[in-house]
Amino acid sequence: MSALLEVEDLRVSFPTRTGVIEAVRGVSFTLGRERLGIVGESGSGKSQTGRAIMGLTAEHGVIDAKRLEFSGIDLLKASKAERRALRGKRIAMILQDPKYSLNPVMTIGRQIVETLRTHERVGRAEARKRALDMLAAVQIRDPERVFDLYPHEVSGGMGQRAMIAMMLIAGPELLIADEPTSALDVTVQLDVLAILNRLVADRGMGLIFISHDLRLVSSFCDRVIVMYAGRIVEELPAARLSEAQHPYTRGLLNCMPEIGADRHPLPVLDRRPEWRT
Amino acid sequence: MTPALAIDGLGVAFDDFVALEDVSLSVAPGGSFGLVGESGSGKSTLLRAVAGLAPASAGTIAVDGKVLGSKRDKAFYRKVQMVFQDPYGSLHPRQTVDRLLLEPLAIHGFDDAEDRIVRALDEVGLGSGFRFRYSHQLSGGQRQRVAIARALILEPSILLLDEPTSALDASVQAEVLNLLEQLRAARNLTFVMVSHDLAVITHMCDRLMVMQNGRTVEQLTAADLAAREVTQDYTRGLLAASEGFRRDV
Repeated sequence: MSALLEVEDLRVSFPTRTGVIEAVRGVSFTLGRERLGIVGESGSGKSQTGRAIMGLTAEHGVIDAKRLEFSGIDLLKASKAERRALRGKRIAMILQDPKYSLNPVMTIGRQIVETLRTHERVGRAEARKRALDMLAAVQIRDPERVFDLYPHEVSGGMGQRAMIAMMLIAGPELLIADEPTSALDVTVQLDVLAILNRLVADRGMGLIFISHDLRLVSSFCDRVIVMYAGRIVEELPAARLSEAQHPYTRGLLNCMPEIGADRHPLPVLDRRPEWRT
Repeated sequence: MTPALAIDGLGVAFDDFVALEDVSLSVAPGGSFGLVGESGSGKSTLLRAVAGLAPASAGTIAVDGKVLGSKRDKAFYRKVQMVFQDPYGSLHPRQTVDRLLLEPLAIHGFDDAEDRIVRALDEVGLGSGFRFRYSHQLSGGQRQRVAIARALILEPSILLLDEPTSALDASVQAEVLNLLEQLRAARNLTFVMVSHDLAVITHMCDRLMVMQNGRTVEQLTAADLAAREVTQDYTRGLLAASEGFRRDV
């Protein structure tokens, strides 16, 4: 099986007045048609890794890698137009909060149709029909009604489903989900994950699931990468999370309160400088 | 024993929208009570109603046996303090930590401000090195510590905590939760804590109330919840959801 995505020694840095900030410092992994989780705390570089693959790093950021290839295309050498053609069509990204990532002045239906017609030559009626089908596929009960609603008129869970619909309509091969359910209530979170799980499996997509929630990621993905200070500290199969070796991974797992476990005080992370190297 | 906080039949309405309806609870002095529910369940509204930030339209709230009127006096705020969810929004961006901590002391006419500020910072584990910094120079966890110091500097007996750790990373959350527990034990504080996270609530509280759509679903002890002895389907659903995603369902 050829890899969908190959990342070797990826570095993302931001020059600032007070010096260069290295957000990602040498990340390497390959992704097939599987579910890969990237976990880490704020500032670990997990989102910047996703953004670099998507081509959404801020203008002044510097991306450097030995290799950054998506199904044989060198993303570092690709022109802006080539990146644009990939983005949304073959690589799609779901962002955290539908309140901020959907266009507030466009109806949900129009936004989905826009995505589709940017990447495929389809007629209006056909585009509308496919958008409605897609809304139905993310289990929105009344697609006709939701099609004409504005983002502020729907709940967070519904907004996130609409977002998934929009990202999947062009049939991408790689989906990057950056904290797709962190803004949602726990019960809604599971519904959205179930939908995402089914669609990814049915369409045979590759998925990069970025989250701060180690447990959630391990219950959802096949493989987990743990990041700390811009580096990968550990990579392991999700099912074997309990056998994690690195003290950071173990610390992250331990510091969460658990129902039924009587641990007072909670163990805290003792951050060691050698983890950074 | 008079409960530290007793709420009876409390209702809150914003025009036609009923945010909270007929909610009752009582917390003993030194107790720790948790409120759990999803967005829109009324858990934060309940806390805000106690603090006088949301208008009560029905029922009574009593602190140490004294029923509160619609207007809260200074003595009330000396006794009851609140810590908010988002430490990025609850601290004044153009005031130093020193100035932030001085404000409540000045309002309540404390004299030995200098000592109290130094002590308050020490207690939350920040040390006086943070005293003359601005909040944007601090991390999320450090900010929340400042917010806790600001609440505790008046030596209140009741602390209202509105999702105090949900904006923080898991490892920082553990530190802040430990700090809160340690302060509660040292000062015999009464806690009322709101969270959407069942695990956090069962860790921190002895008793809790599950809420949905502005109403009480059930009240139970943390031990009952840990033993899965719940009576309502909604609580069971929350429990199942808190265990994470399962691919087979």
